Formats: sequence, C-alpha cells, structure tokens
Amino acid sequence: MTGHQHAPESAGPYGSVGRREDARFVRGQGTFVDDITLPGMLHGAVLRSPLAHARIRSVDVTAARAHPQVEAVLTGADLAERGLAWMPTLAADVQAVLATDKVRFQGQEVAFVVARDRYAARDALELIAVEYEPVPAMIDARAALDPAAPVVRDDVPGRTGNHIFDWTAGNKTATDEVFAAAEVCVGGDMIYPRSHPAPLETCGIVADYDAVAERLTLWATSQAPHAHRTLYAMVTGLPEHKIRIVSPDLGGGFGNKVPIYPAYLCAIVASMVTGRPVKWMEDRSENLMSTSFARDYHMHGEIAATRDGRILGLRARVLADHGAFNATAQPTKYPAGFFHIFTGSYDLQAAFCEVTGVYTNKAPGGVAYSCSFRITEAVYLVERLVDMLARELGMDPAELRMRNLLRPEQFPYTGPTGWQYDSGDYPRALSLAMDIAGYDDLRREQAERRTRGEYMGIGLSFFTEGVGAGPREHMDILGLGMADGADLRVHPTGKAVLGISVQTQGQGHETTFAQIVAHELGLSPDDVEVVHGDTDRTPFGLGTYGSRSTPVSGAAAVLAARKVRDRARLVAAAMLEVAADDLEWTEGKWRVRGDPEQALGLAEIAMAAHSSLALPDGVEGHLDASAVYNPPNLTFPFGAYICVTDVDPATGEVKVRRFIAVDDCGVRINPMIVEGQVHRGLADGIGMALMQAIVFDAAGNCLGGSFMDYLLPTAMECPSFELGATVTPSPHHPIGAKGIGESATVGSPAAVVNSVIDALAPFGLTHADMPLTPANVWCAIHGRQGRSDLAVP
Amino acid sequence: MMRLTVTVNGTEYSREVEPRLLLIHFLRDDLGLTGSHWGCDTSNCGACVVWLDETPVKSCTVLAVMAAGRRIRTVEALATGGNLDPVQRAFARCHGLQCGFCTPGMMLTARWLLDHNPNPTEAEVREAISGQICRCTGYENIVRSVLWAARNSGDQ
Repeated sequence: MTGHQHAPESAGPYGSVGRREDARFVRGQGTFVDDITLPGMLHGAVLRSPLAHARIRSVDVTAARAHPQVEAVLTGADLAERGLAWMPTLAADVQAVLATDKVRFQGQEVAFVVARDRYAARDALELIAVEYEPVPAMIDARAALDPAAPVVRDDVPGRTGNHIFDWTAGNKTATDEVFAAAEVCVGGDMIYPRSHPAPLETCGIVADYDAVAERLTLWATSQAPHAHRTLYAMVTGLPEHKIRIVSPDLGGGFGNKVPIYPAYLCAIVASMVTGRPVKWMEDRSENLMSTSFARDYHMHGEIAATRDGRILGLRARVLADHGAFNATAQPTKYPAGFFHIFTGSYDLQAAFCEVTGVYTNKAPGGVAYSCSFRITEAVYLVERLVDMLARELGMDPAELRMRNLLRPEQFPYTGPTGWQYDSGDYPRALSLAMDIAGYDDLRREQAERRTRGEYMGIGLSFFTEGVGAGPREHMDILGLGMADGADLRVHPTGKAVLGISVQTQGQGHETTFAQIVAHELGLSPDDVEVVHGDTDRTPFGLGTYGSRSTPVSGAAAVLAARKVRDRARLVAAAMLEVAADDLEWTEGKWRVRGDPEQALGLAEIAMAAHSSLALPDGVEGHLDASAVYNPPNLTFPFGAYICVTDVDPATGEVKVRRFIAVDDCGVRINPMIVEGQVHRGLADGIGMALMQAIVFDAAGNCLGGSFMDYLLPTAMECPSFELGATVTPSPHHPIGAKGIGESATVGSPAAVVNSVIDALAPFGLTHADMPLTPANVWCAIHGRQGRSDLAVP
Repeated sequence: MMRLTVTVNGTEYSREVEPRLLLIHFLRDDLGLTGSHWGCDTSNCGACVVWLDETPVKSCTVLAVMAAGRRIRTVEALATGGNLDPVQRAFARCHGLQCGFCTPGMMLTARWLLDHNPNPTEAEVREAISGQICRCTGYENIVRSVLWAARNSGDQ
C-alpha cells in the first residue's frame, strides 16, 4: 500500500490524531436521523408523479384517508390553503411543494401520507387516484430554447419559453481579439453529465411540533442547520426562536443535504395537523430521482495559443440544464456560481464565458456535488482543452502545462475574470506528481505497449479550487452573509467546549476543531469538546458545503481561542504581578519574558479567573469568548493529478491502474483526515468519469433511479491511491489553512478522461463524453459517439 | 401476521410480524438495533449487511420471517466480552471510516473474510467488499483497515 508524504512540512503542527467520532461508529452507536424514534411518532410517504410532464386533472385521496392506519393525507390543495403549495428556492425561483397544476418531472411530489407505520404509509399511496393529462416532455436541453419546445414553467404568468438566464463573465472584445490573432485555436463540445451526490444515507427528517409551547423541533439531514432554521421561519411564518434544528450524525452529504426539500415541509405541516411527531425518510429511488442533481452542463470551449505552446486565451459557451425549477443551491451572486474561474491554473491574456440556463422536465436543483459551485465543470473544461491543445501542437501535455502554469511570484494573482487567488506554487506540485508517477518511464512504457497493440493512457489534470464561501461582495444565501460563529467556553479546570455552526458529514470536525483550539490554548485535544449540529447549542453560521468549514468556521474557532488567550494573559499578569506586556505566549503557556520558568498554563489561569483573585481591567470573570468570521477572500487549494489507465479496445473497458494525487491545501490540521478526504474525491472522479450519470429517455423517464442503474465505484474500480503533498499557506487565513474536502472531486475527472483519450490516441480520438462506460468507449473508438445525457438513438 | 422467533446477538426474540417485513426493518424498528443501516433497497450498497447464521447477507433483501429459527449477528455484537473486535480497532486506527454509515456492514463482511481467510491479499480484500459501497473513503483506508486487522487479530 502507498501513502507518499513528499513534503516534510505536510505533517504540520497539529498531527494525525485519531478521530474521537470513531468510538461510536465502530460500535454501531452513531445516531442518524432514521435512528430517531419519538413516542407516538408517525411515518410519512410521498406520492410521486410517474410522468415527466402532465396536467393534473384531479387528486382523489378519499380511499387513502379511509385506510385504518392513516392519520393524515396532504395534497397540493391542502398546502395551498396554508400558502405552502409553493416554496421559494435559493435561486429567486419557486418550487412546488406538492403539485397543484402540473407535474414537471418524473418523481415530483404530489401527495403526502402519514400513517402509523412506514409500510402502511406506502400502502396508502396506492389508494390515491390521480388523473393526469400527459403533455409532451422537454428533455433535450439543447432544444429547450426552440420556440416550438413545450413550455415547462407555464405557472409563471407571461412565460412563453424555457429560458432562465443569460450570464457572461470576462472581456469578450479582448478575448475575441486574442483568438483572432492566435496561431492555434482548438476546442469542441463536451457534456458534463447530470449526476447525483448519492450519500449512502438518504435525506430525511423527523418533525415534532409542540402546539402548546408553539415550538418546532426538527431532526434533519441538514448540512446547514442554522441557515435552514432561518429559511423555515421565513417560509412557514413560525418565529425563528421557536424553531430548533438538530442535525445528528449524517451519513454523508456532498451537497445533497444543502437544500430544503418539499417533503420536509410536508412533514412539518403533518406534525402540526396530527399533533404528533412525523418521520419521513426517502428511499434510494426518491433520493436519486427527486433531490438535487449536480452538473448537467453542455459546454463548448475553445483555447487559443501560440504554435510554440503559449496559452493566450479561453472562451466558453454553456447551456445549463436546471431542471423543472431553478432550485440551484449555491451562495454566489452569479447564476453560474464560480464557473468563471474556468481559466484554471494558467497564465493567459483574456477569457470570456457565457452561460444560458434553461428549464427542462427533469428534477430541480443544482447542487455543488463535492465542489465549490460549478468549479468542477470549469476545471474539466479547461483541462480537456489543454489536452486537446497538446495534441494539436504535438507537445507533451505535462510540458504544455508546466510552460503555462502560474508562477509562484505571480501570487496573489487576479485572473482575467476577477478572482484573486491567494497563494500557490503550482510547478512544484506538478513536478512532485510527475516524480511520484515516474512520468518519463510511464511514457516510455506507453510507447512500448503501443507497439504491441496495448492501449495504455496517461492523463494529467491541474486544478485550482476556490473554497470557503465567502466574501460578502460575491455571495450570500437569501441575503444572509456567509459568516460563521464560534463559541468557546473554558471551564474552571481548564477544559473547554467549542460550539460551531458547521456540520460534519464525516469530515471529523469533532476531532479537527478540538485540535485547532487545543493548539491555540496549549491544551490537549482531549481537553476540548466540540458541539455541533444543534441550533439551540451552537452559534449562528451557514454550514458545511463548498469545503468551507476549515476556511470559515475553523478561522472563527481560532479567533475565539485567541480572544481566550488574550484574556488569559491579563489574568496571568495579575497572578504573577507583572505587566501583561511582560508576558509572551510560548510553548502553550504565558511566560515572563526573560524568565520562561515563570509560566502559567490555561488550566491554572482559568481557575484563577473563576477564583477570588482581584480581577484586572478587561476581565469580567470568565475566559469564555465568541468570534464571528467573515472571510475576506476564498482560499484556493490546488493540485496536480496523474491517472494511468489501461483500455481494452475490444470491449471498451477502462481499468484505472494508478492514480497519483498531489494536493496543496495550505497548512494541514490532521493529515490523516486530509488524505482520507482526497481518497474520497479520487473515487468520485473515477465514478464520474467512468460510470455515474443520470440519463433520461425521450419521455422523461429517469434511467438512473437506483444503484442498479446509477453506478457508483466500488473497491474494484478504485486503485490504491498514491498521494503527495505540498504546503503553501493561505496568507489571509489565521492559521494558513485552505479547504480540502472537495479538491479531488474537482480535479480528478479530467485526469481520468484525459488518460482514456490519451490511451485511444492511436484511433485519432480527441474527445469522448463522460461517463466513459465500456459501451461509450467502444462507440467512440468506432466513430459512433452520441449523447451521453440522453437514452435516445 | 406471523410469529417470528429468532436469535439476535445471542438473545432469543419472539414477535408478531407481517410476512413482508424486511429483516433490516425488523432489526431497526422492532428490536431497536439501529447499528445496521438501510441504504439502497436493491442489494447494491451493503449498509444493511448482517450475518444470517454464519453468512453475511444484505438484510434489506431478506424477509424477517426467513430468519425464523436462525441466528443473526449485527454490529452490536461484533465486540466480544467487552473487547472490540480487531476489525473494529482497525477501522478506527486506519481511518477506515468517515461518516460511519457503511461501516457496520463493511466490518461484518471483513470479519467474515478474516474468519475464512486470515491472511488475505489486498485484491482479496477488495473483492470481499466489492458488493458494498462507501462514499467517503475511496476504499483505500477500508482495505488498509482489513489488512491491519488480519495482522493484528492475535493481540486482543
């Protein structure tokens, strides 16, 4: 097994301490939402549309209501009476909670049944009679703007087409001039297929409304409990201080648990109607067919360069399929999120992109599946284009990248579309990846194999992520600025409790945040308890997605700890009868300058702060402190990936033989956890590139509605990963850390696809769309490429 | 309704159940053993793996009544005599889990593998868990965990 660590500094000051979370999980004692059982609890089930597009003539729930175990049935009409048949999305649109006029995608919510057990609730769904009048479905995103196309959103008065938005970034004139003058220009169409984050735990909720106290408690699969609390208050009209959200252990999230889904509101209303707690857990088909998808970008990209391999410009045109409701869950002020970071890691003169969003009869949403929003698509586009350019120029793709990567002295670097990258040493990361891979030997092996008719591919990608949403000038969520708080209490004996607003879904916050605080205060991580996932016990903040926990909440924890430390200094000075300025913080204690043996640690100071000590000015009595962190900029982790594949041209089967990943996420808090997150993302990239896609047929039937059809990588598709690390601290983060949770998902798909296309170069292939299933590869080899998003001839 | 008598983790239970009740729901909802998880409905993910007698099964595709008169072992009984199984220690030590949702099923399969093949190769470990999905680890550290457990099964 591997596990390279090629940068000594990657161990950092914190260390790979074991996770405290594991003690409960290895015993089967985690508490996930479906593990919650309350007295008198009822079970909800959703009736979903079998059709992608149909008018609703009638919904008859008489028989369902008569079922002996059924306690309530909700329809769109019932919700309309409460003003809840529609809810606002995070993208200035509305989404049907339960359909009233039409169903607009297969799997859309039509009715909600509440019964005494989960089987009875499902039985009662069968008793609901819905009369549908089918209308033609709008499935092909590329035909959505055709004037004759069926109109998906005729609920909006005056709407006559499926157009949502046009958005541009960059300088069109300058970019066109660069292209007009360029010696070489290559490009093409590429699809980033619709996919789904598919955490192993599906989405669900237990809603418990106490009519006497007028208090609503929700146990929910939520990556953002505080933001959800505010949104529930805004949507339902319930006062926010009477809403408590508990997000217990989450079985993965990856963006899927950022939005609020219709059935959550149904469960809340059902609890109000019945006066009893109501649990709703979706099944896997519901999860894949109705909750938020990701990607679904139809891109045309071009790259301009000199004949000797100097990249000059980039331009892109994108058609973005947003499904039936624009429920995009992303915080930026831009409808395509961070897509305009598509200039990637390269130094170039000009860039321009234009994105058009359209409605189709597919599930709504649009989540950042393990990435900052749309950066994955952007990285894929530029990294494919660079490989196309290398082929055109007859240049090695590693050499072409090395020639054009931003140089360390260019940071902080402001790109042609306005993003300011904080820090980086890109050539170092690429060199390290090539060293680990033995790049030159691989190329020699490839050439030798080709003489024997064997198709081995070597694919590179270099990515820059932008994580830690985010600065208020660029982003908010329904007007909420993206700050996160931290509350740090220090008990008299020097033990501490940190409350945080972000929500682990497996990232190990209970461990890493304890490490952060312990390091700042000279404590053992065991002396710091981390509380999260309960809005009554933690400070406000916007939650965990887009790798923002460490960049934002981690910074808040540091700032709170430093406030404690500063207050402790005043107390220590009083204890030692010296001036505070005479103390310095070294090796975890306040020490008298020039007399370091005169020192006090936090435990002694905390006890004194609680004692009868005459308190100095500026100390109220305790050391407790709070902080709120507003990030001044994103952090920009980056990395260099190399994927080695073997392709069987007879079957089209791709085998990933090796995957080398060098990541730089600044200072690493827990290198073991960092590496684990990289492993996850690499598997994601293999899955995305080779297997995962939510495909639709012409009638709008979702063909990815189970794990039989939506294929995820297993241990057989993943190689043993080879990791390397460099450390380039973020200059603006208090401990120099950047986010890492999603880097590999962003960077790896392009490496896999580039590897497969490289393997198949002898066939003259320059591109094939994901997923590169055996069938799609075989068709590409034989010049029969079709649409990877549609199951139509 | 049918009378089901089954031994789970060494304790005999007798319950009236519907014939259609899935074993995973019986374990979780009727017996409160929530360590086994439900993940996919289609036998693809393995979050629900338990032992039926001596064999790992996906309990989302086994009817509870099919377990009548037989023995079930879940993650709650992986530790013996108050000591964690080497597989449990391995998963914690080698960072073989992140969100923890697939972990019980993975560990039960790993225990079965090591009972039948105490010194598996990496390829054998990968094949053994190939019917189960983890969305967090990329399998790298799960494989490491099982290999560590194989090397350290003697020193309880």
